[in-house]
Amino acid sequence: MKNTLRQRIGEQFSLITLLLWALRVGVFIVVLWGSINTLASGRYEASTWINLVIAGLAQGSIYALIALGYSLVYGILRFINFAHGEVFMAGAFTSVFVAEALERSGFFPKYPILTFAILLIVSMTSSTVVAVLLERIAYRPLRNAPRLVPLITAIGASFFLQYTFRGLYGSGFHTYPEFGQLWGVWNIAGMDIQIVQVFVFLASLLMMAGLYLIVERTKTGKAMRAVSEDKEIAALMGIDVNRVIVITFVIGGMLAGSAGVIRGMYQPQGIWFFMGFHPGLKAFTAAVLGGIGNIPGAMLGGLFLGVFETVGPTLILQGLGIPAANQLKDAIAIIMLVLVLIFRPQGILGEKLAEEKA
Amino acid sequence: MFNNVRLALKLGFYGGIIALFISVIGMVETFDQRNIINGVVSIGLGVLLINVLVIGYQTAARIGKGLVQPGENGKQTARARAIVIGNGSLAGAVVSSWLALLVLVESQINLRSVLINVSPELISLLTFGLETGAGALLLLFLGTLFGGLGAFTFSLPSRVRRPLVAGLMWLAFWGLLSGVIRTTLSEIGIPSVVAKLFVKIEGLTPLGAVIIFLLAIAINLGNQRWREPLIERITLLPPTRQRYFRFGTWALGIILLLALPWIVGRVTSDTLVLVGIYILMGFGLNIVVGKAGLLDLGYVAFFAVGAYSTAILTSADEISAIQISFWAALPIIVIITGIAGLLVGAPVLRMRGDYLAIVTLGFGEIARFIALSDWFKPWLGGAQGVINIPSVALGNFLIVGPQKLYYLILAFALFALFISRRLDKSRVGRAWEAMREDEDVAETMGVNTIYYKLLAFAMGAMIASLGGAVFAVKLSAIFPHSFNVEVSITALSLLIIGGIGSLPGVVVGAFALVGIPELLREFSEYRLLLYGAVLIIMMIVRPEGLVPSTRRARELHEDEAAQDDWLKSETERNIITPAEL
Amino acid sequence: MPLLETTQLTKDFGGLRAINSLGLHIDQGEIVSLIGPNGAGKTTFFNLITGLYPQNTGDIIFDGHNLKGMPPSSITKLGIARTFQTVRLFNNMTVLENVMVAQHSRTKSGVFGAILQTASFREEEEMIREKAKEVLSFFGSKLTGYRFDQPASMLSYANRRRLEIARAMATEAKLLLLDEPTAGMNPRETQDLAELIGKMRDEKGFTILFIEHDMRVVKGVSERVIVLDYGQLIAEGNYEHISQNDRVLEAYLGKKAENA
Repeated sequence: MKNTLRQRIGEQFSLITLLLWALRVGVFIVVLWGSINTLASGRYEASTWINLVIAGLAQGSIYALIALGYSLVYGILRFINFAHGEVFMAGAFTSVFVAEALERSGFFPKYPILTFAILLIVSMTSSTVVAVLLERIAYRPLRNAPRLVPLITAIGASFFLQYTFRGLYGSGFHTYPEFGQLWGVWNIAGMDIQIVQVFVFLASLLMMAGLYLIVERTKTGKAMRAVSEDKEIAALMGIDVNRVIVITFVIGGMLAGSAGVIRGMYQPQGIWFFMGFHPGLKAFTAAVLGGIGNIPGAMLGGLFLGVFETVGPTLILQGLGIPAANQLKDAIAIIMLVLVLIFRPQGILGEKLAEEKA
Repeated sequence: MFNNVRLALKLGFYGGIIALFISVIGMVETFDQRNIINGVVSIGLGVLLINVLVIGYQTAARIGKGLVQPGENGKQTARARAIVIGNGSLAGAVVSSWLALLVLVESQINLRSVLINVSPELISLLTFGLETGAGALLLLFLGTLFGGLGAFTFSLPSRVRRPLVAGLMWLAFWGLLSGVIRTTLSEIGIPSVVAKLFVKIEGLTPLGAVIIFLLAIAINLGNQRWREPLIERITLLPPTRQRYFRFGTWALGIILLLALPWIVGRVTSDTLVLVGIYILMGFGLNIVVGKAGLLDLGYVAFFAVGAYSTAILTSADEISAIQISFWAALPIIVIITGIAGLLVGAPVLRMRGDYLAIVTLGFGEIARFIALSDWFKPWLGGAQGVINIPSVALGNFLIVGPQKLYYLILAFALFALFISRRLDKSRVGRAWEAMREDEDVAETMGVNTIYYKLLAFAMGAMIASLGGAVFAVKLSAIFPHSFNVEVSITALSLLIIGGIGSLPGVVVGAFALVGIPELLREFSEYRLLLYGAVLIIMMIVRPEGLVPSTRRARELHEDEAAQDDWLKSETERNIITPAEL
Repeated sequence: MPLLETTQLTKDFGGLRAINSLGLHIDQGEIVSLIGPNGAGKTTFFNLITGLYPQNTGDIIFDGHNLKGMPPSSITKLGIARTFQTVRLFNNMTVLENVMVAQHSRTKSGVFGAILQTASFREEEEMIREKAKEVLSFFGSKLTGYRFDQPASMLSYANRRRLEIARAMATEAKLLLLDEPTAGMNPRETQDLAELIGKMRDEKGFTILFIEHDMRVVKGVSERVIVLDYGQLIAEGNYEHISQNDRVLEAYLGKKAENA
């Protein structure tokens, strides 16, 4: 009698563990099997893979810019700003009108660099305004509420913003004008590398480096780190916590805004009110991958996700014989999100950090 | 004095932003196609009007608290009333000045190239067809007038004010639902010539409006006057007689519930079925979110599994290998979805609350991607979905059309309600509740939290599958696009507006958030805007919902709610705090 | 055979050894107090026994069962119940419901019983309610009558502590682990509770292990005292014995005695 009870309990517990292990092993086998099949088939040359990786890095650097916003806010407020994807959308969607107008007026073909700067300013401004309003109206009243309450608010804000922008700008698709100079190809060591991808990667890197300097070197950055350690103590030390939180949202908004324009350079089509939802979800994945709250982690997580998402369908799914594998690009990213949250919620880098902040 | 003016300016400023917002995103113009009262006021203008009235009233309420004592006589009161009304008018003027500004700016700059909804129609609506200057002035004047009117309403003694406000609210409500009134009148056999006196296609007639207004006032006055004495009389009756009353009320309610689709007509019944599906979903989600405290944002996945398994099991389409009757399929559908619930639940068992929400959201999206993909097309039909889903037969009787389908969804919803109620006050319900309050403590009190989490997921999923089954039958075809994140958000919103954990709240929420937008076709564009706003506002102002369960109310107002405890992850448990050593 | 026995029990937190090769035993029907300076590992010990933390090495044997790897709910079912240092009630449930939940592992009706309202379900529900009332009446009139339906969050601090003890008692455990049951109570309430602890053993037959800082309670109630320091057992015996033990005085009582 006593033993059977023991056994029953033991089995039940191990069932869950078993299931998780089965999932782990299953994923591993699927990935391995698919990759081996694809590589063995020899359909693609090494240069194809390198091109895919570079495209992935470009895509990933955009995710990284957005992911930083999630991580910064999480680091300080310990909550997932689910509406951050919409902050990104606000910038991209607003500046596309300016871009269209500048193209019509003939300003753009004459001064492309100046146009880029103007777009960047417009996009960053509108994203920042949205981010700050979001903080002020939706999040600040809930500063001390149980953790799920601001999350629900953020989800509400996400949809509210989407449909506000649909109301403001309409439900049609818009397109950025093409920066002709960027759409060439560099031939390096016998490989064709698209200039725009390098540009996107470098531009994002520049923005992130700027952020890193702010957080590591300036007084504001110090205050941000202090608040992220302990809000109350920071307040006692004379730090204006509200101001620091607003600055965090400003920085997150600026990065997301810049991501909006950079995305417009890279993928000019498909600018509309729903464009923020999936990138937002993916950027959140990236942030978790790097250990949420961890700034270098968010950058690496973004790049990793971008590469994985670009290479994955070709490498893994085609090898499994799945038709139209590129359809499942978004699904792969989301499956990645689910798997990361299940198996490694502390991220690939930030074990210590995530535990502290969990 | 100065403070009062500042307050009026502030409230007017906020009100103006709201007015500008709803104008610029196109709500005013879209709703102008329908009237609350024909030839007098459209829904679009009505919304602006209510905004101004409320701002005027609020201004008055804020500054009038110490000033106006309704019923008191003397000079002081008259002067206070003047101050209140003056400030209300000021606030109203500020509100309308934003709109006037919009009109003036638009006359100089072509805003429409960017702001797509600032159309000539909107401008002519706001200026009442006059030219810019005159229109703007009229706008200002009306804003002042109605702001003052709102403030004046506040200064009335409450026995006058209440019926008045009730009348206006009824008017707005039935004005919105004038279509329902029209079909109902014709369904119950009133000739259309007579019906047209009260309500037309575009909205209520002035006569109808007056009748509704007076009716509301009469009911309100009657309520004030006779409600208390009547209840007292009933409680004084002998128990047997009291039972008659209770029985009578129940019987009346049941008859009304059964007759509803035939009273409101075919078109509205279609909406009723949809509302019913969402009520069902609300009950199911309430088990997961409300009782067990697991925030599931991918609830649509179970709805989809229910709908798809119904389609595949019963459809005559070539995709489905077998074709069995709905009733034979139903247990299989429920079991399949229950298993899906377990499969989603198992990996997320040890997950923190906010991560759980995102992962379930991810599951919902994955379900849709799979349904959409070419990969699963041979089994799930890809983007073309599954068609030819037959109607449900009950013996020889075929449940066709919304009016009959209503009974199917009613039966399912009542069943789900019954289960929820029964579980509430039971060992299972208490275990869930304890788990929601403090997972660790529940576990040390003997509650196997793994089992109860899985149970909640499975039961929630099974209830959603019933909704999915009816949905599939209702449309007789299903497409992956019907199963997007909107469904989950809708279910969550109606749960939250009604009050998490409150079953009557689910019903109220479903009617408000699914029923009304469905009846007002123009509204569909703004549905998610509404849901988003509902989630934000409810969380900030009234997290316990409109029809709260008392228990939740306490919980959500606590600063250090127990919820945070169950968010503790496995890793966190291993972190030592000095106090524990 | 002792009711509870630990051998070589060890628990590490990162580099810190919170419980170090601890071996001790509690016999059936004893009242034992567990003392030691802050950070000695007392609460960690409770968390290990109740399964909230997994141990690193060593065994916990309770009533012939090895508890290693068992989830807390199964351990409760075997007969160990506890209270928490920081009172952790189900704040939004009523007083009665708090105690009713605790009988979870002694009852078995499930979903179908509740939905169909079977006779056995109703019987069991009635039994749970009666039992809960009975347990609450152990504390005199402090938790009965109109208090049954009050939410737990509305109780006074002392009553919250009492309710937590009642909740532990309602699990029908053999061994009760009380984590500082008198913390935050005034002298009078402390005195009452100390008497109740004795009554819990004498009338209800519980074996009791409790963490306590108030030496008067330790002296007055416990038959045996176990002293922990740095996760190790440094002394055990009756109060007189340990109060003269040099290591105890050095680690803990010495300072305490000077202050008192």
